[in-house]
Amino acid sequence: MKQFDPGEGASIASITDKVRPLAVGMPVSSVHFLGETAVFVGAEEKAAIVGADGEILLVDIHGGAVLCAASDGARIVTGGDDGKLVALNAKGEVEVLATDAKRRWIDNVALHPDGAVAWSAGKVSYVRSKGEEKSFDMPSTVGGLAFAPKGLRLAVAHYNGVTLWFPNMAAKPEFLEWAGSHLSVTFSPDNKFLVTGMHEAALHGWRLADNRHMRMSGYPGRVRSMSWSAGGKGLATSGADTVIIWPFASKDGPMGKEPAMLAPLQARVSAVACHPKHDILAAGYSDGCVLMVRIEDGAEILVRRRGNAAVSALAWSPKGSLLAFGTEDGDAGMVEL
Amino acid sequence: MPESSSSKIPVTVLTGYLGAGKTTLLNRILSENHGKKYAVIVNEFGEIGIDNDLIIGADEEVFEMNNGCVCCTVRGDLVRILDGLMKRKGKFDAIIVETTGLADPAPVAQTFFVDEDVQKNARLDAVVTVADAKWLSDRLKDAPEAKNQIAFADVIVLNKTDLVSKAELAEVEARIRGINPYAKLHRTERCKVALADVLERGAFDLDRILEIEPEFLDAGDGHDHHHDHDHHHGHDHHHDHSHSHGGLKHYHDEEMQSLSLRTDKPLDATKFMPWLQNLVASEGQKILRSKGILAFSDDDDRYVFQGVHMMLEGDHQRKWKDDERRESRLVFIGRELPEQMIRDGFESCITT
Repeated sequence: MKQFDPGEGASIASITDKVRPLAVGMPVSSVHFLGETAVFVGAEEKAAIVGADGEILLVDIHGGAVLCAASDGARIVTGGDDGKLVALNAKGEVEVLATDAKRRWIDNVALHPDGAVAWSAGKVSYVRSKGEEKSFDMPSTVGGLAFAPKGLRLAVAHYNGVTLWFPNMAAKPEFLEWAGSHLSVTFSPDNKFLVTGMHEAALHGWRLADNRHMRMSGYPGRVRSMSWSAGGKGLATSGADTVIIWPFASKDGPMGKEPAMLAPLQARVSAVACHPKHDILAAGYSDGCVLMVRIEDGAEILVRRRGNAAVSALAWSPKGSLLAFGTEDGDAGMVEL
Repeated sequence: MPESSSSKIPVTVLTGYLGAGKTTLLNRILSENHGKKYAVIVNEFGEIGIDNDLIIGADEEVFEMNNGCVCCTVRGDLVRILDGLMKRKGKFDAIIVETTGLADPAPVAQTFFVDEDVQKNARLDAVVTVADAKWLSDRLKDAPEAKNQIAFADVIVLNKTDLVSKAELAEVEARIRGINPYAKLHRTERCKVALADVLERGAFDLDRILEIEPEFLDAGDGHDHHHDHDHHHGHDHHHDHSHSHGGLKHYHDEEMQSLSLRTDKPLDATKFMPWLQNLVASEGQKILRSKGILAFSDDDDRYVFQGVHMMLEGDHQRKWKDDERRESRLVFIGRELPEQMIRDGFESCITT
């Protein structure tokens, strides 16, 4: 493992002067690109749409906290503690997709490239596809949702494992068991692996061909951010004081292999986002620092200096020419590369 | 109070057996003119009338931590709800978690010990248990949940005292004290209790262990009991609280007890810490609560600790004052505590 050398700080390449600061005026919970337009989703009530000219349009999306958000590149769908599921496009048009009858919190949302949307409230997960809505009760509260890259198949993370549900088939859902509370879930882009972020400081994975288990542990804190590198060769994760990248290029995934540990700082990685085309990632830290890191050799470029609060949002534009970040205390910025 | 703990949102856990009056107390807290806003986490969402803007329905989902310990259980729904609530920081001043009548308070408390994100933003203030003066004695016999809730409590609101005679009241108080002599006990009708007696107690604040010392010292039943450590029961002894009814019956609950230890000789930290850790590791399922103020040899600082089952947290608190007796005091509340083993173990940590 590479040791952090505080002396390195002075000589690190920096593009901090190229960052365009954005006064979004609210704590940011996530950021997404719709084309070249960046949309910052606030921790509550609003989203800020930032066009190419840097003009900020604030849009009301929820009557309370925004609990989850997902984007398919054309729209962003958010769930709130107002019991609403809301879609937002780059023009700032808002559409309420669903309202929970009991005003339960909408805890999770996932989008499918073909336009299907999945969400959950408590133990119930819902899928709406081509105008048809289906619901499915889970054994316990849903921790995370993800659509498989192929077919209409939904992974639902909950206590003691993940349920794989084909909403359009009558077949009994498949259950992948692993003790503990699973709070987030993601498919590898090649559809071969499924990984969950657990309540404990660990990831759990399954090779879908044979449901073989993969334990990925050793984190000092809970993993809240995961991002697949270009082509799905690696899974970059937050939760440690370095970016941890698990290798998924071979058929065995990370089994029996060591992860790469890049960009160590004396702060916890709080957000990661891999470049859509190149082997580069952006990492945000609990001290507000943002780095760009070359995965091959760990070379770093400073994007944002330390601030007062953790980086809570990071995203690349689809072409990879823009990088946007947001923080828990309402600072945000964008840089063109 | 230090900055670090005052900036965290206090969480009060409200427990009590079915029908004891939890909802009455909750509504009393919410309706009082205190100018504060509470986020209320309740079970059985929508079934009981609670008048509050911010009510969140919980599922009381408990899961076991993956550390092989069956008593390390956490309320997963609470982790999720607190996470969501923190996005609305500034919109409320405190959180009240009402559990169901059959709930064990331990998983709620343990959530605050094990979850890093919960710890960062919120702090457990106290476990408040509402008890029914008329029926508690019966429930202590047939409902293990009721006993758990009494044993776990920092504050006990003994409600419906107007429905019992003085003798019955003395009886039920003695039953409570037989299980938990350390909790603050308030007698109420229709849960009429001063808010300051149930909120902002700081019962889990290591820095405030000092403030709860009087209760801690008195242990409800006088000093004799601390020193001879003999459980002679049924004898009348002077009750040192201010209320004036004569002799108080003393009960020993066969199942749930408290155990207090003290010494004015310094403890050997290199022996005590492993002993305490081993004790909670092996007997943690039985130990519901533990706390202590410790004087170590060659250490000018007071050390304070508290625990819930197997989970412990402790810290050097401050320097011992010159005029202060350097005395170590520990309390355990639990089920079928291995008393002699704990006493012997403690003795072996005293420097000679």
